[in-house]
Amino acid sequence: MKRLTSFLPAVSAGLLALVPSLALAAGDLGQTQQQPTNWSAIGMFIVFVGMTLGITYWAARRTKSAADFYAAGGGITGFQNGLAIAGDYMSAASFLGISALVYGSGFDGLIYSVGWLVGWPIILFLIAERLRNLGKYTFADVASYRLSQTPVRSFAATGSLVVVIFYLIGQMVGAGQLIKLLFGLDYVYAVVIVGVLMMIYVTFGGMKATTWVQIIKACLLLSGATFIAIAVLAHFGFSFEALFAKAVEVHPKHMAIMAPGTLVSDPIEAVSLAMALMFGTAGLPHILMRFFTVADAKAARKSVFYATSFIGYFYILTFIIGFGAITLVSTNPEYLDVVKGGLNLRGGNNMAAIHLAHAVGGDLFLGFISAVAFATILAVVSGLTLAGASAISHDLYANVFARGRSNEVTEIRVSKMASIGLGVIAVLLGIVFEKQNVAYMVGLTFAIAASTNFPVLVMSMFWRGLSTRGAVFGGFIGLAAAVILTVLGPTVWKDVLGNPVAIFPFKYPAIFSMPLAFFSIWFFSITDGSDSAKAEREGFDAQLVRSETGLGAEGAHAH
Amino acid sequence: MTNDLHAKIRSNPKYAELVRKRSTFAWLLSAVILIIYYGFIMVIAFAPKILGTPLSEGSVTTIGLPIGVGVILSAIALTGIYVYRANTEFDDLTKQLIEGTK
Repeated sequence: MKRLTSFLPAVSAGLLALVPSLALAAGDLGQTQQQPTNWSAIGMFIVFVGMTLGITYWAARRTKSAADFYAAGGGITGFQNGLAIAGDYMSAASFLGISALVYGSGFDGLIYSVGWLVGWPIILFLIAERLRNLGKYTFADVASYRLSQTPVRSFAATGSLVVVIFYLIGQMVGAGQLIKLLFGLDYVYAVVIVGVLMMIYVTFGGMKATTWVQIIKACLLLSGATFIAIAVLAHFGFSFEALFAKAVEVHPKHMAIMAPGTLVSDPIEAVSLAMALMFGTAGLPHILMRFFTVADAKAARKSVFYATSFIGYFYILTFIIGFGAITLVSTNPEYLDVVKGGLNLRGGNNMAAIHLAHAVGGDLFLGFISAVAFATILAVVSGLTLAGASAISHDLYANVFARGRSNEVTEIRVSKMASIGLGVIAVLLGIVFEKQNVAYMVGLTFAIAASTNFPVLVMSMFWRGLSTRGAVFGGFIGLAAAVILTVLGPTVWKDVLGNPVAIFPFKYPAIFSMPLAFFSIWFFSITDGSDSAKAEREGFDAQLVRSETGLGAEGAHAH
Repeated sequence: MTNDLHAKIRSNPKYAELVRKRSTFAWLLSAVILIIYYGFIMVIAFAPKILGTPLSEGSVTTIGLPIGVGVILSAIALTGIYVYRANTEFDDLTKQLIEGTK
């Protein structure tokens, strides 16, 4: 460990030297779509990377036990955790993707925002405090609380990893596009740089570094987005009516951008997307993991309130930003893609918010927002990687393969190796999925989370009748349904694999896969007459006492 | 140690009161947010034109915008209400329960 931490400054110095020279080299390629190298952007990017590596160095020196590595020692306050959750959740996909959706379709972007937010009250009312009271490092601790460890943890780890990997794809695509535009770097190099930085944060700094990277990033993103939104409104004399009137005038869809319809037209699609967004949030392993970083249930609740407020405020901002992009970016040929024409933006429509930052704040502010967006991606991928690595080390390695006989040192080592492995996978998949809309990719992730982790977690907390067989069969059926329907659906089967017609007609599978998961969990539990199932049902009372009162909770303060 | 304590807690009427009060409140608020959100989605799915109605004669702003933002604000308000009651009333009840049982 000592050797590893002293290695950090050298890595950081190496990166600082590497980035500008790569940017310069790429600038010489003379591609028409690239903008000239923006030194203020690069400068701020380097400052951020330097700062976060400093934090990682600080955190690495204080990360000794498994509790430090997975849960920052349980020492994060409710307010800090609220900011960090917001930092985890306000991904590049929501910042760039939602402003791009609003830019392209207007009102429809708001449907996504609302859906992404309404999962939070559900998490608070039903999950947060019970999760904190029952678990230690991962949500599998809770799902397997009174069930058989090996099968339930194997399932929960699989569910976590699938969610993490899909979510990582969306983030990597955003990262690649952003850095390509900003630095004129090749997409592949950009994705590799993100992958390497993320591996450094997670491997050396664990949850402590990840949490502080997220808190700083949340503050930067909220202030940057606030500035853009105020600048847009100031341009229209703080009149929403004037902003919307101009947008309707210049957007090719005109009045259609002020009402739903262009993006979500099919009722089944709309409800399915809504289910995925609402319940998927409560099944995201990197979000669930954040509740173990606070001292007790009280702090866990507070963190959801702060997080919901910050995220809600942020989504209102992204809506204003999307409309700002319609009025101030689409009307300026400097930002448009001359080859594709129409509303198409240079660097892709996910760049709407970035171009708007330049339109309202010039080169310097473009640099700031680009650095913030980059920080956003790094923070989110770090949280995801940590959640994936925990699933591998804490659930699969320590509790399944070693069956509790491993020690903390080897467990942390496995976790670090897993972080590096996940980083490599993320980079490779980021390259494969280059051309996808990142907001859709995240939508798919939510469908899987809603059909896999969420049903098992909820049933384990609330339903006495749950048995190991029910949890594992039901969970895997939900996972298989969500993944298979996603692959056979239009987004993957048609757009990625190039087949003419999708086998499954809907983009969002949750309306089928989530009820199927709940039904299968119920069915395979009630038909389970084994003695172990009987003992598991009897274990519910003891579990309920702990989940309701916090008595015996890990690291709880008061009692 | 836990079995004894757990049995004592389960037989304490305050435990039943806590569990009942909190779950009623949590499921009630969950139902409220579900109705608000799925009401919004159903209108989008089946009657999207309603949300396209102008706020006032001749205005470009439609009623869909304050409604959408209203859903966001209601989510924040509901979490605030739950946290307030849980961190005062329910936590006090939990404390009394545990101290009364020990």
